[in-house]
Amino acid sequence: MNTLPSNDNEVLVRVENVGKIFCRDFKKSLLYGVSDAVHEFLPFVGGKKIDECGEVILRPSEFWANKDISFEVRRGECLGLIGRNGAGKTTLLRMLNGLIKPDFGFIEARGRIGAIIALGAGFNHILTGRENVYVNGSLLGLSKSEIDAKIDDIIDFAEIEEFIDSPVQSYSSGMQVRLGFAVATAMEPDVLILDEVLAVGDAAFRSKCLKRIGKISRNSAILFVSHDQGHIARICDKVLYLEKGRPSFFGNKDEGLKKYHDVITKEGIASAPPELHDRVTSFRVCSPEEGLFVKTGGPIEIDFEIESGEEIANESCNFFFVDHQRVLAGHADFSKQLRSIPKGKSLITIKIAAVDLAGGPYQVNVQIFAKGGRELLVHAFGCARLNVAGPHRLWCGYRLPVAGVEVQLRQE
Amino acid sequence: MMQSEHLIIRRYSPQPLLSRPGIMFREMFGDLWKGGELAWRLFLRDVSAQYRQSYLGYVWAFLPPLISSLTFVFLNSQGLFNIPGTGLPYAAFAMIGTLLWQVFVDALNAPVNSLIQSKSMLAKINFPREAILVAGFAMVFFNFLVRLVLLAGVLVCFHVKPDSGLLFFPIAILGLILCGAACGLAVAPLGALFGDIGRAIPLITSFWMLLTPVVYPARTTGLAAWLATWNPVSPLVIVARNSLTGESLLPLGPFFFVFFASFLVLILGWIGFRIAMPHLIARMGG
Repeated sequence: MNTLPSNDNEVLVRVENVGKIFCRDFKKSLLYGVSDAVHEFLPFVGGKKIDECGEVILRPSEFWANKDISFEVRRGECLGLIGRNGAGKTTLLRMLNGLIKPDFGFIEARGRIGAIIALGAGFNHILTGRENVYVNGSLLGLSKSEIDAKIDDIIDFAEIEEFIDSPVQSYSSGMQVRLGFAVATAMEPDVLILDEVLAVGDAAFRSKCLKRIGKISRNSAILFVSHDQGHIARICDKVLYLEKGRPSFFGNKDEGLKKYHDVITKEGIASAPPELHDRVTSFRVCSPEEGLFVKTGGPIEIDFEIESGEEIANESCNFFFVDHQRVLAGHADFSKQLRSIPKGKSLITIKIAAVDLAGGPYQVNVQIFAKGGRELLVHAFGCARLNVAGPHRLWCGYRLPVAGVEVQLRQE
Repeated sequence: MMQSEHLIIRRYSPQPLLSRPGIMFREMFGDLWKGGELAWRLFLRDVSAQYRQSYLGYVWAFLPPLISSLTFVFLNSQGLFNIPGTGLPYAAFAMIGTLLWQVFVDALNAPVNSLIQSKSMLAKINFPREAILVAGFAMVFFNFLVRLVLLAGVLVCFHVKPDSGLLFFPIAILGLILCGAACGLAVAPLGALFGDIGRAIPLITSFWMLLTPVVYPARTTGLAAWLATWNPVSPLVIVARNSLTGESLLPLGPFFFVFFASFLVLILGWIGFRIAMPHLIARMGG
């Protein structure tokens, strides 16, 4: 294989107007599958119906898992696929890898394809790691001697020397993905399909992977799925943003990431009514519908209203900020500042001096305890939204500095 | 541009495979060749894994045909039913029959079992799917070789003397495997989708065995005679057994008819398997 960055214009993946239909109802789905397969054998039996305009007519319970998707990836380019869970990213990758057939349009892929899809890493669980390397290599079209030449590098990269001759079923998921990644990238694929590979594996391996991807991307076309916007921003040139299976944006990565970011900010995160203890009659965070806005590092005040039939002493109040992946990003503890809740309805303003959170949407969760933490008075999940404007994933404060609390009694 | 000339181009579209038969056949045999290495490794894995978690090990290859033939040997020895015209001791007759029948049943079960066992691999990796089928059939052949020991034991014990017809035995076994494989492959895509098929197969095969001259010799009158003619497995079993026992290889015409028909069905089943595969994977999920 030529390792020089050859011909920049060479299109390695071409996807034109691709659509894929899935079915919500499992039993119907099986029958449709039979009908489609029989239709290929006997064109007059079963299959999908097409209307006058050439559009496929959906059967009951069917929906488009992918629709109207077109793009090209050239050698030396890296395309990032972004979108919420269930947006059709993995479906698209499975079609690109030839596992399933498109129902509309066509896909053309040139050269060797290396793929890691749905975290499977593509291994046979009973074979040993070494046997799997040879099997995968031969599937990718490498001869035994070519694999012999690469195997040490693969084992070295995957950091699994002691385990290479044990069956893959005894590997941890991180080890499997490491070996899978090492194999897929060592084969010098022309097209590399990576589905959430970096979600498993520790930080050290992740950075090693990113380095390897960067090296390979000069010579291959890469399709990369990740929920981590930081990784997409770092290694991709272009992004395809899928929304409910349809392309919502295709092009420059900064623009695409911004759009994705805006959408998840607007959608926010699902909230539930607060769970209250008997001693608290009402709890409400007074925040605008679209959420609170703050710049990274800026101060913020959050008002909430609480009503109680009696004074509650020895109380502690905590605010938690979770990001759109529900990962705890920041925490502010007001137990020293807010020692008691007065009787009646009161408006309490909490102040945080610096919101050291990376840019993005957050959900605010509030927990108020009494009796030194043994009694949960209020548990409000997603009671407010916070939008932080700032750089992606540069730093993330865990404990946010508390600036103070104001309590006003409201008489009604 | 030079480099791109050498790259394999894969094209995925909803276009039916059969619309380009030339490409389809080239890909079929190409994949069969490419899958060879994988099939061999899968086969080695299956052989070493098959009896790993068992004490009796390879004895399990003998037991099912041995037990089912012993059932008939017992019934026959107690005079509960009498089967004339076997030409050799009934026990030898029944054991040879069931051992041969087992080859057919194994080959019939192989495709569905292979598909179901490789479900997660099929959903995640693109590899020549033929490999799992080939590995499955190789396993059938391997198990047959193991049983050959038992078969030889039966021949020696009962002083059954094969004549030159023995030379035909490998072809007869190939016929049994071909026929089983053809039937199995024809139902395999459905079997991978619907559990009903997997449940029905043992029922059907155990009934089918009674309709085939396995534990009794072929009749010349009545329904049994009709079945001996029109049941495709009958000539295979009869010829295979006669090649061992030194009797005339009489139903050779029907034998070769079934042999080649099985071969044709196998090719058709293979095409069907390739057509069904992407649909199956989309429907059965990871």
